[in-house]
Amino acid sequence: MRSVAIIGVGQSHFVRSYPGAIRELVFEGYKEAMTDAGITAKDIGASVVCSAPEYDKQRSPAGVVAEYLGLNPQPTFYVETLCSSSSTGMRLAYSLVASGLHDIVAVLGFQKMSEISSAESQERMGRGADIQWESPFGTMMPAYYAMYAQAHMAQYGTRPEDLAAIRVKSATYGQINDRAVYRKAVTPEMFTNPEDKMSGPVASPLRVGDCCANADGASCIIVASEDKARLFSKKPIWILGVGAATASVNLTGRDLFTGLRAAEQAAAMAYAMAGVGPKDIDIAEVHDCFTIAEIMAYENLGFAKPGEGPELIRSKATYKDGAIPVNVDGGLLSKGHPIGATGGSQVRTIVLQLRGEAGPMQVKDPEIGLVHNIGGVGIYGNVTILGNQPAGGKR
Amino acid sequence: MNTPKKEKDARFGKFGAVSFTTLTKVNDFVDYLQDGKVMATRCKACNTTFFPPRADCCHCLSSDMAWREVAGSGKLVSYSCLKFAPIGFDGDVPYSIALLDYGDYRVFGRIDSNLSLDDIKIGMPMMTVANKLPNGQINYVFKKA
Ligand SMILES: [Zn+2]
Repeated sequence: MRSVAIIGVGQSHFVRSYPGAIRELVFEGYKEAMTDAGITAKDIGASVVCSAPEYDKQRSPAGVVAEYLGLNPQPTFYVETLCSSSSTGMRLAYSLVASGLHDIVAVLGFQKMSEISSAESQERMGRGADIQWESPFGTMMPAYYAMYAQAHMAQYGTRPEDLAAIRVKSATYGQINDRAVYRKAVTPEMFTNPEDKMSGPVASPLRVGDCCANADGASCIIVASEDKARLFSKKPIWILGVGAATASVNLTGRDLFTGLRAAEQAAAMAYAMAGVGPKDIDIAEVHDCFTIAEIMAYENLGFAKPGEGPELIRSKATYKDGAIPVNVDGGLLSKGHPIGATGGSQVRTIVLQLRGEAGPMQVKDPEIGLVHNIGGVGIYGNVTILGNQPAGGKR
Repeated sequence: MNTPKKEKDARFGKFGAVSFTTLTKVNDFVDYLQDGKVMATRCKACNTTFFPPRADCCHCLSSDMAWREVAGSGKLVSYSCLKFAPIGFDGDVPYSIALLDYGDYRVFGRIDSNLSLDDIKIGMPMMTVANKLPNGQINYVFKKA
């Protein structure tokens, strides 16, 4: 198979409520990525459009998106794995290019969550679980992740303060990311002050501050063959490993409640394909839809042993100057989580970091980065490893 | 012979405070529930037990299933108490969702609302009990074993 690189990245500002149509939102990420890549629509062989359809009033959005971006008559299609839709789009783009079917593919992720109310959105996201056997009990996303938090606390002594510390870190970087929806500081005291909104209970043990911000947003990643990457890009970023795994939707099919099995399995695949291990990762973006999810990600990705994830945040090892910086763009918690756009936005952050173009968020000279993007409550696990040298290249 | 026109078998619509499914091949689950029994299915060909009940076995592809009661107690794997609820469940808060491990299968559901959170500990034995809801619907809840 051919080597595959990323030659352009873009995203819109992530905002509470985007004042425009979905196609216009998608255009914002697309324009930045195309400008970044220095190519035009005719260079693109195919487009993959990614979102979670429960929020979209438009049926079959790939068609209108391709039309608006001037990507006719090239093939376009839609892909969905809930919150990891655009990582799945990346996986497809990788295979389309590696196989030689296309030379350049655009991955377009978007979500306009503000199209519906927050309660309605909780109910619809809840239907990303098992509607026949779980939803009739009144389930919602935070409550499922809360069950993992409860189990992690019971088994390993993880504390509410550890969860709060994850949010404090996210907010540290959300403040310096001009694309983030939540730009304010968060302190540990906010979680213990009953008067503060952050401390409000949602689903025990998770509080308002443990949950990510809904947002409207779009992302775009331009994926290219080695030849095209060398032709168009001065700093191509190489896709070294792509891992993906699934787990049962219904929790009754799960055998682990202190971590996400699909994330572990996707990580193992991505590491094996890239020929690297957790110690080789210089920077990571993980799916912190809830604070507990970041702690589990530390463990599932091998940055910490099972149960020792909280130690990484207590010692600040995942801050920008730590041993393994994680989510130094604010993560889903502060940057925001526009479902279908999230994976592409995570990839964009790592690409900018590996090029040394991440501005105030830049960590020192990273060479290999990792993206961990989860769909639903651990239903779809996706891990992507990127490098600033091609596989087997000098490091 | 004239076969009478079949009525739509929408029994499953009775399951849960709000049901999102009406037609399923395991509709008998609701009848058992109304008789106070929570049932799993067991594949007659390979003997695998399934909860939630299934009409089809993914291990041996058989669709020949027997009903089996969810009996005795399971261990509480985890739980969470909700202070916010999705549309349709607002009147129920606070309530706790939970998972029990019975060894060869697990059961997802709600904890009995009469139980105080202080009495709930991960690892404790609980049992699954059929439960009639005020709006005429039916589900099951976990009680202390
Ligand atoms: Zn079988």
